[in-house]
Amino acid sequence: MDLKDKLISSFMAFENNVDVDHPVHDVRMEAIKNFEEKGFPTKKEEAWKYTSLNSLQKVDFSIFPKEENALEYKDVKKYFLHEIDTYKIVFIDGIYSSYLSETTHDGVDICLMSAALSKPMYQQVIDVYFNKVASKDESLTTLNTAFSREGAYIYIPKNKMPRKPIEILHFATGNEASLMLQPRNLVVVEENAEVQIIERHQSLTGNEVLTNSVTEIFAAENGIVDYYKIQNDAPTASLIDNTYINQKNKSVVRVHTFSFGGKLTRNNLNFYQNGEYIDSTMKGVTILGDKQLVDHHTLVHHIEPNCESHQDYKGIYGENSTGVFNGKIIVDKIAQKTNAFQQNNNILVSDKATINTKPQLEIFADDVKCSHGCTIGQLDEEALFYLQTRGIPKKEARALLMYAFANNVLATVRIPELKTRINKLIANKLGVNLGFDL
Amino acid sequence: MLKIINLHARVEDKEILKGINLEVKAGEVHAIMGPNGSGKSTLAEVIAGKEEFEVTEGSVELEGEDLEEVAPEERAHKGIFLSFQYPVEIPGVSVTNFMKTAINESRKAKGLEDMPANEMLKLIREKSELLEIDRKFLSRSLNEGFSGGEKKRNEIFQMAMLEPKVAILDETDSGLDIDALRIVANGVNKLKSKDNAVLVITHYQRLLDYIVPDYVHVLHDGKIVKSGGKELALELEEKGYDWLKQEASV
Repeated sequence: MDLKDKLISSFMAFENNVDVDHPVHDVRMEAIKNFEEKGFPTKKEEAWKYTSLNSLQKVDFSIFPKEENALEYKDVKKYFLHEIDTYKIVFIDGIYSSYLSETTHDGVDICLMSAALSKPMYQQVIDVYFNKVASKDESLTTLNTAFSREGAYIYIPKNKMPRKPIEILHFATGNEASLMLQPRNLVVVEENAEVQIIERHQSLTGNEVLTNSVTEIFAAENGIVDYYKIQNDAPTASLIDNTYINQKNKSVVRVHTFSFGGKLTRNNLNFYQNGEYIDSTMKGVTILGDKQLVDHHTLVHHIEPNCESHQDYKGIYGENSTGVFNGKIIVDKIAQKTNAFQQNNNILVSDKATINTKPQLEIFADDVKCSHGCTIGQLDEEALFYLQTRGIPKKEARALLMYAFANNVLATVRIPELKTRINKLIANKLGVNLGFDL
Repeated sequence: MLKIINLHARVEDKEILKGINLEVKAGEVHAIMGPNGSGKSTLAEVIAGKEEFEVTEGSVELEGEDLEEVAPEERAHKGIFLSFQYPVEIPGVSVTNFMKTAINESRKAKGLEDMPANEMLKLIREKSELLEIDRKFLSRSLNEGFSGGEKKRNEIFQMAMLEPKVAILDETDSGLDIDALRIVANGVNKLKSKDNAVLVITHYQRLLDYIVPDYVHVLHDGKIVKSGGKELALELEEKGYDWLKQEASV
């Protein structure tokens, strides 16, 4: 049985275990229908031209983990931003771990999607927001919607800000030979509210893992959301991340994506600007080696006037790795005075590495500032010589230049300890000691 | 200390240095002057070991050792320093961190441990005072957004930190106003000793009012066409280079 058939038949079993009278039941039914009709995307589709899901579909994934698995904190501590205090929503093989988590209902709700979907007190928020910005058409998103049950639920009421950042962590223990996970997150930030979220997926063994995640983010007027995705997973773990963001007037949403690990990573990052004076920022650092693939597909839809979007993605590709950057910007006819900036710079450090980069601008307004630029190059020889004349050997000099190249994306990271952590990850990934404390 | 013997170098098919002979002894300051395109910067870069250039004949020796097979970073470890005409910007790496990396790499090559942090800080403080550099400057990204003067001052600061045996200053005066020029030249003069040597490469004589050379050489078409004392620089300033070009072609 191929993965699609298996998912469809599993859906029946899944539905038997959930409340069919719940309004979300109809949403799930619609969603599975769409997936059944469309199936997994293929390379024939423009949006999947460079990324094939074929080999993943041949893996016999467990759709539901058999049992609850436990982990000791000391064994996974390093994956947390343990330098500072955080709220934590932790899942082990897709199942919530209350032991590793720290949730709260103190003025804000930082808890579980399963609770939000089943308890009446959350009904109103679910009715207004759940599956409202996620695509009802894109097959992998609807697949996730069909199976949506667990994930993070974050609700920040008007004028509130949680005392500390929130970490969402997914661990895969390897107790299943191969496991498919479909977390579903909902983040709602009301007027003048603010939140900082760090999301990470970590497989702890060499067993195959496929995560198809959907996150919906709503930022109301003057809301601020900082979302950091750390993608540094094991070489047998694949991730399809579908993130949908709906912004209202004067809200600011910044998404940083740090992609250093994993086998196949696809990021579908979609911003919808439903208001004026909105700021949407997307930044990414991608450093790959081996046969890794990271595919960034971004979309910014400028629907109203006077908004801004900023995209800055940097990639360093070694060995046989492949990178994709596809940045789509749509500026509607009424979205005058839009400022949309997009930058994608890449360094290839191996003859066998590939990068496919494509800006896609659809501009229907006439009074806008849009700029885009992409570069693909090698390291600057003159800069290399400069460092060498200061006594820095070639290998270290190369690493230092790559570090410098990637580093300026980090300027907008607002959690200093996280910035330090990312700096260290970058230095590690480049395989050198830079000779100073990062 | 530095001995250049019949040095020929080319980039791709173009021969740029066509037989240069020069000896710089410890404690001396030599100036290399010449019109644009005469090979001044190439000479500086060949001494520093730039791989883009192919040395086809002749040699560069430091304290009797032929540098032919020696990589740029090893030349640096042995005591050669090149102050760049156009220093490279390195975003995300502060001046301080850059110097730590450079110094510790140099120490590693000599089999020494990393310099202790307090010693490093003391050294940085001492040398930055010499160049009238304030502390804020040291935490900025290397050369990023620096003015021309700041870049050059930073080059000499690096020289002060690395304490080379032979310092080559490539057009260090370009882009400097008179105050910056004075600070930079003062820095160089304070670093000068009987144990090291300085090679000043310049188009104009202006810098030589501040860093006074013992010898002046004029480079034209890849060769030294005239050598003399510091008065030669003044003569060039007055007459330009044309008379030398004519003299050389006779």
